[in-house]
Amino acid sequence: MTRLQDTLWVDEIAPGSKVGRSSKRYSIPSRVNLYRIPWLHALLESRWPQFLVRALTLIGFVFTITTALFGSRVGSHNFAIIMVWIAWWTTLKLGFIPFGGRSWCSICPIPLPGDWLQNGGILVKSERKRGLNLRWPKSLRGSWLQSSGFLLIGLFSAVTLTDPHVTGWVLLALFTLAIGMSLVFEHRAFCSYICPIGGFSGIYAKSAPVEVRVVDKEICAKHGDKSCYQACPWGLYPLAMKDSSACGLCMECLRACPKDNLALNLRPYGSDLGRPPTSSRLDESWLALIMLGSALAFSAVFTGPWGWLKSSAFEIGSQAWLAYAAGFLVLNVLFLPALFTLCVWSWKKISHNSSPLRRLIVSQAQGLLPLGLMAWIAFTISFAFPKLNLVLGVLNDPFGWGWHLLNAASSSNSLDVSGFSPYLQVALLLVGVFWSASVTRKLTGSDGTHNSFPNIPVLAFYLVYSIVMVWLLVG
Amino acid sequence: MIKEWLARGVIILGLVMMISIPAVNKWQQSQGVVMHARMAETGGWTPENLTAAVGKPLHLRLTSDDVTHGFAVGQLDQPAVDINPGEMTDITLVFTKPGKYTFYCTRWCSVNHWRMRGTIEVTDPLVRTEPARPPLYVTLGLNIDADHKASLTPAQMPSAWRGALLNQTVPEAYKSHNYYLSHTPVDLWLALRSEPSFDKLTDQDVWDLVAWIWQSNTSQEEVQAGKQLFTANCAACHGENGAGNGVFADQLAAGSGNAVTKQSMGEQTQKPVNFTDAPRMLSASPAHLQGKLIRGGMGTGMPSWGAIFTEDQTWALVAYLWTFQFQMEVNP
Repeated sequence: MTRLQDTLWVDEIAPGSKVGRSSKRYSIPSRVNLYRIPWLHALLESRWPQFLVRALTLIGFVFTITTALFGSRVGSHNFAIIMVWIAWWTTLKLGFIPFGGRSWCSICPIPLPGDWLQNGGILVKSERKRGLNLRWPKSLRGSWLQSSGFLLIGLFSAVTLTDPHVTGWVLLALFTLAIGMSLVFEHRAFCSYICPIGGFSGIYAKSAPVEVRVVDKEICAKHGDKSCYQACPWGLYPLAMKDSSACGLCMECLRACPKDNLALNLRPYGSDLGRPPTSSRLDESWLALIMLGSALAFSAVFTGPWGWLKSSAFEIGSQAWLAYAAGFLVLNVLFLPALFTLCVWSWKKISHNSSPLRRLIVSQAQGLLPLGLMAWIAFTISFAFPKLNLVLGVLNDPFGWGWHLLNAASSSNSLDVSGFSPYLQVALLLVGVFWSASVTRKLTGSDGTHNSFPNIPVLAFYLVYSIVMVWLLVG
Repeated sequence: MIKEWLARGVIILGLVMMISIPAVNKWQQSQGVVMHARMAETGGWTPENLTAAVGKPLHLRLTSDDVTHGFAVGQLDQPAVDINPGEMTDITLVFTKPGKYTFYCTRWCSVNHWRMRGTIEVTDPLVRTEPARPPLYVTLGLNIDADHKASLTPAQMPSAWRGALLNQTVPEAYKSHNYYLSHTPVDLWLALRSEPSFDKLTDQDVWDLVAWIWQSNTSQEEVQAGKQLFTANCAACHGENGAGNGVFADQLAAGSGNAVTKQSMGEQTQKPVNFTDAPRMLSASPAHLQGKLIRGGMGTGMPSWGAIFTEDQTWALVAYLWTFQFQMEVNP
């Protein structure tokens, strides 16, 4: 496949353009550098537009916590429940992630106060920086904690997603944790290693159609200041970025680069997928499997017809709940990882592949990402769409106190998606299977062997998974 | 630097505003809670759950978003007020006893009018709420959902006046209030009929005696109070004359179809009961009728009135219901 920065072609610069900056303007095939669009350049270069959006999300976030803690305890009448778990979740799964990867991270309010304290200012960095700036322990790197955090949320999700007080305390806890971690550790330790949303946004960002990348490696190599690295709140060096999973798209590097050598690229879907892995770390593979497993579990609990399952997920601490928790953990920690390992192992045997199993798992797990992303979108359609009609009601009366902000009576008609959603969901899962299969096909030839025996066990894994998912969602 | 301070100002101002909303609301609530009334189909009361403390006045500002509604609190001696669209009705409630009170609409606003209810939880840090006493039908172990139909009925409407004029001595056991509460008119008729001393009386005479004993267990004031409650709360469905033909009767009867889905939605209704139906009424005891009234008829559309009427009010209503079967007035 065409690697980034492998093929460069010279783009003629118009006479009279800025001199002193990058004199050679590079562009990469199948990439469109959005940063070169004048109005977008202006929007991204100035800190104000992003600041205003961030201010809005931060104020909205604090408002959400307020409504959660002080508003109606009836979930469907509480702004926090509906806006976080229905409206924001839908936007995240159907908008931010599939179209922008980690784009939500660029406006997420949770790390902002910590960021500002670290920088000693909102728009300009000052000398009065706060915090200990410790390095995050090496043993805790990777997405292990994020995966565990996501499982933990999954165990209590039935209550968290319906009880405003619990939602309020969870949001407040995340907010406090993020600020606290910014004061102790350097960079975005919370976002990179703790935030479960950051975890799955990160892995799915590999398939998303945007990326921040260096335009010309030569220019970076010659530039000693590394202003981009200095500016990056995440502690990343753009030149060393192998995929988009860690980049929060905050645009600080684009603003900082004196050579104008960074690009915000529009790229084909799945550009980071299907390449041989650069490490043998299993953390992202496990996260990808957890995302598949929890999509199954949540579909069964939230959209399935089984009342006993719903109530056992609700009654935290009860025996039924312990059974649900055990089932949820076994599915995600043992069953799916074991099944996937078995699939990869049998393919290794069939194709006489000499690569170590661990490396093959890490490599093949990339194929799980498109399917996982599509499964989550399909789940969200069943889970959140029928409740979107409640959004107007909670905007009108966020606390359930009888306010009439929009002067609109809450509509009682729920959005009926039952007509088209089954087709849409089947189509999405089909896209997921084919997309995943194409990633697997790309990987098959690149795993250290010239034997390109089709990876039937892993393809079967995709197929069985999507059939189960269709059965859960469509019935 | 100006820009930096501007940005900080925006953030601090925004956050302070958001955090201060609950405090402002608390202050506003001390000025009076604004409560919106809407037909049950479009949301009912907002807010529908209020809290108050014993002895502390609760100011409510009521307004309607659609049609005229009424507001009253069950178990509370406070006259109902009307709530008109576009107007504010102020009312101040003071509770002397802790407990969970039910407020409800008192105007027939729609067929689901009786679903317009909400609660006020009144707390008193010093007093613990007493557990409610089980109603009589529970103590007696009556199955108020069982079908009941008297096999014998009087030829003409029994009259308490004629019964009194028979000048008979009825055994004390049948005249006690406890007997009245727990027995049906048919029970009493059969018991009297088997008394050898009444052998000479015709069947109709015995029915007149039953009416007379039933009447002596109720008072004029009780029947009057029951009539007022009936007219205000029951006649919408059961009809002014008790014949089960109130203004909502047809809509309720129409709700009886498609039983499976309606039952699961809690929307199943039936044609309201006809209190002039002798076989049905004469085979029901006062405890049975009171039980239906306070619990409501599951799957019929009959609301539960237990949270709203006091015990005296329920007995008054039962007393009034007998006037659909017996002539209670004393002829001059």
